[in-house]
Amino acid sequence: MLVARNLSKEFTSGAHQLSVLHGVSFDIPDGACVAIVGPSGSGKTTLLGLLAGLDTPSGGEVILDGAPLHALSEDARAKVRGDKVGFVFQSFQLIPTLTAVENVQVPLELRGDRGAGARARTLLERVGLGARLDHYPTQLSGGEQQRVAIARAFANRPKVLFADEPTGNLDGATGDRIVALLEALNRDEGTTIVLVTHDAALAERTQRVIRLRDGDLVEDRLTTRR
Amino acid sequence: MLPLLRLAWRESRTARRRLLLFMSSISLGVAALVAIDSFAANTTRSIREQSRAILGGDLAFSARQAFAPPVVALFDSLRTAGVPVEHVTTFGSMATVTRTGATRLTQVRAVTAGYPLYGDVVTVPTGAWAGLSARAIALVDPSLLIALDAQVGDSLSLGFATFVIAGVVEQIPGDPGVAAAIGPRVFIAERWVAATQLLTFGSRAEYEAVVKLPPETAPGRWIAPLRPTFRESDVRIRTVNERENDLADGIGQLSKFIGVVGLVALLLGGIGVASGVHAFVQRKVETVAILRCLGATGWQVLLVYAIQAAAMGLVGATGGAVLGVGIQYALPLALGDFLPVDVAITLEPSAIFSGIAIGVWVALIFALRPLLALRRISPLATLRRDAVTIDAARRRDPATWAVTALLATSVVLLAMTRAENAEEGFYFTLGIAATLGILAASALLLIGVARRVSRPGLPYVLRQGIANLHRPANQTTSVVIALGFGAFLVSTLYLVQANLLQQFDRTVGASRGNLLFFDVQDDQRRGVDSLVRNAGQAVLQSVPIVTMRIQLINGKDVPAYAREVGIPPSYWALRREYRSTYRDTIVATETLLDGEWFAPAPVAGAPFELSLEHEVAENLRVGLGDEITWDVQGVAVRTRLTSIREVDWGQFEPNFFAVFPTAALREAPQQHIVLAAVNADTTVARLQRQAVARFPNVSSIDLSLIRGTITQIVERVATAVRFLALFSFAMGIPVLFSAVAATRRDRLRESVLLKALGASRAQVGRILLSEYAALGMLGALAGMVLSYGAAWALMRWVFALPFAGAPLAALAIAALMASMALVIGMLTSRDVFRVTAMEALRE
Repeated sequence: MLVARNLSKEFTSGAHQLSVLHGVSFDIPDGACVAIVGPSGSGKTTLLGLLAGLDTPSGGEVILDGAPLHALSEDARAKVRGDKVGFVFQSFQLIPTLTAVENVQVPLELRGDRGAGARARTLLERVGLGARLDHYPTQLSGGEQQRVAIARAFANRPKVLFADEPTGNLDGATGDRIVALLEALNRDEGTTIVLVTHDAALAERTQRVIRLRDGDLVEDRLTTRR
Repeated sequence: MLPLLRLAWRESRTARRRLLLFMSSISLGVAALVAIDSFAANTTRSIREQSRAILGGDLAFSARQAFAPPVVALFDSLRTAGVPVEHVTTFGSMATVTRTGATRLTQVRAVTAGYPLYGDVVTVPTGAWAGLSARAIALVDPSLLIALDAQVGDSLSLGFATFVIAGVVEQIPGDPGVAAAIGPRVFIAERWVAATQLLTFGSRAEYEAVVKLPPETAPGRWIAPLRPTFRESDVRIRTVNERENDLADGIGQLSKFIGVVGLVALLLGGIGVASGVHAFVQRKVETVAILRCLGATGWQVLLVYAIQAAAMGLVGATGGAVLGVGIQYALPLALGDFLPVDVAITLEPSAIFSGIAIGVWVALIFALRPLLALRRISPLATLRRDAVTIDAARRRDPATWAVTALLATSVVLLAMTRAENAEEGFYFTLGIAATLGILAASALLLIGVARRVSRPGLPYVLRQGIANLHRPANQTTSVVIALGFGAFLVSTLYLVQANLLQQFDRTVGASRGNLLFFDVQDDQRRGVDSLVRNAGQAVLQSVPIVTMRIQLINGKDVPAYAREVGIPPSYWALRREYRSTYRDTIVATETLLDGEWFAPAPVAGAPFELSLEHEVAENLRVGLGDEITWDVQGVAVRTRLTSIREVDWGQFEPNFFAVFPTAALREAPQQHIVLAAVNADTTVARLQRQAVARFPNVSSIDLSLIRGTITQIVERVATAVRFLALFSFAMGIPVLFSAVAATRRDRLRESVLLKALGASRAQVGRILLSEYAALGMLGALAGMVLSYGAAWALMRWVFALPFAGAPLAALAIAALMASMALVIGMLTSRDVFRVTAMEALRE
């Protein structure tokens, strides 16, 4: 379960206080697939950062699988991320100096897991990159890079996977394949998926849409696909 | 830990070359430490192994006059008891080659048959040494054959005796090679000394005896009961252990001095590492943010990169150690002439490992400070680039403070290992800190000035170049420090060397004469005088010399007086043989400090007046009015101190501690120094030949030859100095590269943007040029100003000589360093010209 309670975030810019999120609350049950949508500047990315424990809220609470992220230190949140969270980014965010398989191994190795290499290979084969294990990010296409990122996101069997515009840098067909992959993993592994997107069609493929505007939650509805 | 090591290894793939470049900053420092420590260890070991050969025996006894009867009796009884005793007598003499007529002042070493008791003499032809006592032959330094245009088989006159040159001495234990440059040596057997008739009244000679003790006998303990006998006869004793320790101490001092240069190189390298790693951190922001997203804690991230830094530090330090071992093998070429032993070069694992360990530690500790910032990279940077605020809160970070404290402690501890004692270590640290502080302050000043002067009125490219000096993340401070330190060291070394040479020029150049005759007996003075005048040349000075010792001071004998004033009775000023003169006027090299010069006529019955040089008066604890009675070769001469003089010893003129009125010493046994001004080299040689033919005991020196000899010695020292200067110059290069490379990325992005906005390559080039010119000039000038201070201090306190600046040369060094900064800056920025606007913007 991922819980947001009265979340707010303010930034200080010079002498000005800038409020980008105002008292946002919702619960996301385990195994759900949710889209956060809204125009640019509505606070989507800020909300994602808070939910994933990348940042701390100015007010309110975030509880991820029982862990009160708002009250934890940066290193404690890093541990929660390592154990329970996976990420997929619009710009893939692969480490350029590591090969595909090494990128996927990183979260496992940070936890000191044994057999990181074997699991990384299995995951890459599952996303269809069994033949590209030892390629560096620059040797892969955008779609392939995003598949590596997805394999990495699932490496530590996360409770929640956060995806920030996962198809934003991809063409339509490649984007569709990535979404299908995410859906399959969501279904097979029971992972909760929270994705941020501009893409209305992509949002409608999830089970629930949370809409933000100017930092306020203006809509929280279930889609037709459950 | 293992997974982190693996991650560190994999993640370093593309950064290894860059990190290695930064880490190579420490290589030269490590090289210097390894080279000098290894060489010092090799030399000390060789000294210990060869110490008996260096001394010539287990014990050496030396005296300024022939050994007194009790000493001779002691040596005889030793010989009777089966203890070998051998003698060497060293004195100066003119040597003339009969065939060519060429003459030269030489050092004659007259040895007894069994000398040396340890070690081997290498001669060409081999075995010539053994035949020395059998016939009237001489073995000479190879340089003498060249100087006299002589060859083996020629006849060589020394005084009234003639020898056949039977060969050359390539190597003799105990004498450093440079000894031959001071005066070429001629070895003869002692039994021929009398035939030369050179050791007459007043001749200067050193008498030495060496003794070989039975094995297992400790020389120090064996000699202890005999010390008083020798002391009473003014015989100096050296045991093999004392000699060994003296030499080892000397080597220790030398290695400490060069070690300090190495340490400075290492610390400068540390600064290079820090600025390089600072730039490295900027490049790693994205990767670290991803790692943080994936669950890495701040410390895990730090560990990954600290492992990389340590590994590359190890490679840099190992490279330095390899270089150091190479230099170690080359050092004997530069220093060999100054060492009394043949140094056996072997690898010194302890020096190599400690050099590497110190290098890795310095690299790591200097890298750690910028690396700490990695812990503060927010994972949010994966979502937003504006979330990168790695420098924020640095001042409040306790880890930064801890690392800074560790760094300072490391510098102090390293300094302590190179210093004689804690105090010296403290001053050394203080010196480095002050130099770095002044350079850093100059950099801050430059930043401040740059901020003020970049006004709209200036041409655009100049304004932009100057603005680069103060914009965020500039490397002004590290470049100025690296460059300034290099310029400082090179310029200091140069200034000191130039000052010493200049001092020497003044000494010899100021002398009006160029041919000096000495050991001229009283009855030969007129003869030498007329020899010079008949050749149409001028005699400038004829100075009488009378040898004497102190008998009584204020009516008390030397031991009683020493007890009274609290100085040891063996104190040199009390015991030495004074070579004094008499005259009625004060000369140009002297200044009267206190009292009055001699009255025109002595008062009958009263003590004679006496003038003392002020330092010797202080050493003797005497003042105006005190009475000194001198033993002038058996005759007591009473004097009262009536004046104290300051003497300019820097002038090449005969100068004296004690000067007497003519009436006091006119009748005393005496010899003379005659100084002549001779106008042509050929006349000098002819006069020397004529003098030695008529007066074989009279020695003469061509002062221009001395000048040549000293220049030769100074030149050898200068080679060592130049090596150090070159090293100082070189050690700035990797540091500069690191500092400039640190800002390369920002510079590239900015230049490309400028190009996209319409700037030409030439304009971008001029911007860079004005930036590096400003950096180079300031760094070099700051170093130059500092070097003036340091050279002045060295001349004043170490060499006790006046300091004269050499602004043109210093400016030339500064210009060279500034050009180096310019070249390195432009070389490192060459991508700016190569990369198209599109390429860089895509990145």
